[in-house]
Amino acid sequence: MAKHVIAALREFPAGTRKLVDVRGRQIAVFNIKGEFFALANRCPHQGGSLCAGRLTGLIEASEPGQYRYSRRGEIIRCPWHGWEFDVRTGKSWCDPSRVRARQFAVSVAAGAALVEGPYVAETFPVSVEDEYVVLDA
Amino acid sequence: MAASWSTIDCDVHVNVPSMKALLPHLDEYWRDSVLDRGMNSLDSISYPPNAPLTARPDWRGKAGEPPNSLDLLRTHALDRWNIDVAICNCLYGVQLLYSEDMAAAFAKAVNDWVAKEWLDRDPRLRGSIVVPMQNTEFAVAEIERCAGDKRFVQVLVLAMGEAPLGRRQYWPVYAAAERHGLVLGIHAGSSYRHPVTSLGWPSYYIEDYCANSQGFQSQVASLVCEGVFVKYPKLKVVLLESGVTWLPAFLWRLSKFWRGVRLEVPWVDRSPLEIVRDHVRLTVQPFDGPDDPVAVAKLIDHMQSDDMLLFSSDFPHWQFDGDDIMPAGIPEKLHGRVRRDNALATYGRLAEAAA
Repeated sequence: MAKHVIAALREFPAGTRKLVDVRGRQIAVFNIKGEFFALANRCPHQGGSLCAGRLTGLIEASEPGQYRYSRRGEIIRCPWHGWEFDVRTGKSWCDPSRVRARQFAVSVAAGAALVEGPYVAETFPVSVEDEYVVLDA
Repeated sequence: MAASWSTIDCDVHVNVPSMKALLPHLDEYWRDSVLDRGMNSLDSISYPPNAPLTARPDWRGKAGEPPNSLDLLRTHALDRWNIDVAICNCLYGVQLLYSEDMAAAFAKAVNDWVAKEWLDRDPRLRGSIVVPMQNTEFAVAEIERCAGDKRFVQVLVLAMGEAPLGRRQYWPVYAAAERHGLVLGIHAGSSYRHPVTSLGWPSYYIEDYCANSQGFQSQVASLVCEGVFVKYPKLKVVLLESGVTWLPAFLWRLSKFWRGVRLEVPWVDRSPLEIVRDHVRLTVQPFDGPDDPVAVAKLIDHMQSDDMLLFSSDFPHWQFDGDDIMPAGIPEKLHGRVRRDNALATYGRLAEAAA
């Protein structure tokens, strides 16, 4: 595992997502209302791109006809078969203990700290005045 | 007596021999109507008398008529196979009537006729309450009217009716069934409101009969997806004369697609496979299995449950020959469950009597 700077914070606004390639691994990174989440971009079912899925909410019901809708925008549905994954945990809704998307840590760091290392900035230019999104993968 | 039961037959048929038999159980208006309107019979085309399926050849009378008396039921089935308890399902065309009032009158007549001509005459017999599903209120009223008689152990509806059984319009029926400890028995057959296949009307009887398993599939999907078992967690459903072997493949399909579209039915909060295992049972005739007993055992394995199969002879329908009442290949170790335990676990009223 190594830390990778993947974007300047101001270029990765809330409500957007990015597909990043970390040494050949595709990782989907989401900014949901200012919080960052990263999941392997391969749906554990058959490999669909989670980054291309729709973000929806968590729908539950205690009985037929009662719709309890919460956590809007925190559930990613695979575009291939509609399986739902919690972006906070990577767990699938239907089979959370066995089917889950691999999760990675994402954080926001100040450019000044990044310049000091030991981050892998690779080709990404970092300036000390800005904040950056850092993926641990 | 009850503790010594070893075989419970969950599907035998008793048939209304003629409209005349029902006259004593109709009120004056309907009794006169039978005569005034010249009604002869409400037999549906689901079991034409001459169709091979309708009665085993060695049980037919001299003129080829299907057996239809208590004596014949005793001789051919109850006594011959040492059946301790048999649940009678009367298939008469009550469900086909368009008039809700007439359906209610004839459902009542059929149920009273079953009680008097069958249940009163042999302590081994139990009944199923025929309900006029044309009108939910009337169906509930008929359940309430009959439920005091503990010999009625289930509510009987057809596999193919006016609307999918999961629909909320029918829920009061399930509430009543659950309240009274009655099973919902869904039997092969159609009220012929719709073509028996979703493609349109088929040409031949064999197509009609085989299409029932598709009807059953759709009913299972409807009951699960509409959330009937969430709303009525104690409700048990028995598929009667449904065939068995289609179930695992259908549940794989239903459970697989549930994962992708479960957000339409959030009350279905676990796999349909699990829900069906908890709530749905099937009678073993017909079984629709391959000849190879190893393949049959594998199919049963696919059901992932030893609790789902209930013994039935389907008397007098021609599902098997001789005394091969247990479909070949059902593992020996399951026979006790299939013959007795599963029925007791399903039919609360049988278990009460057995206690």
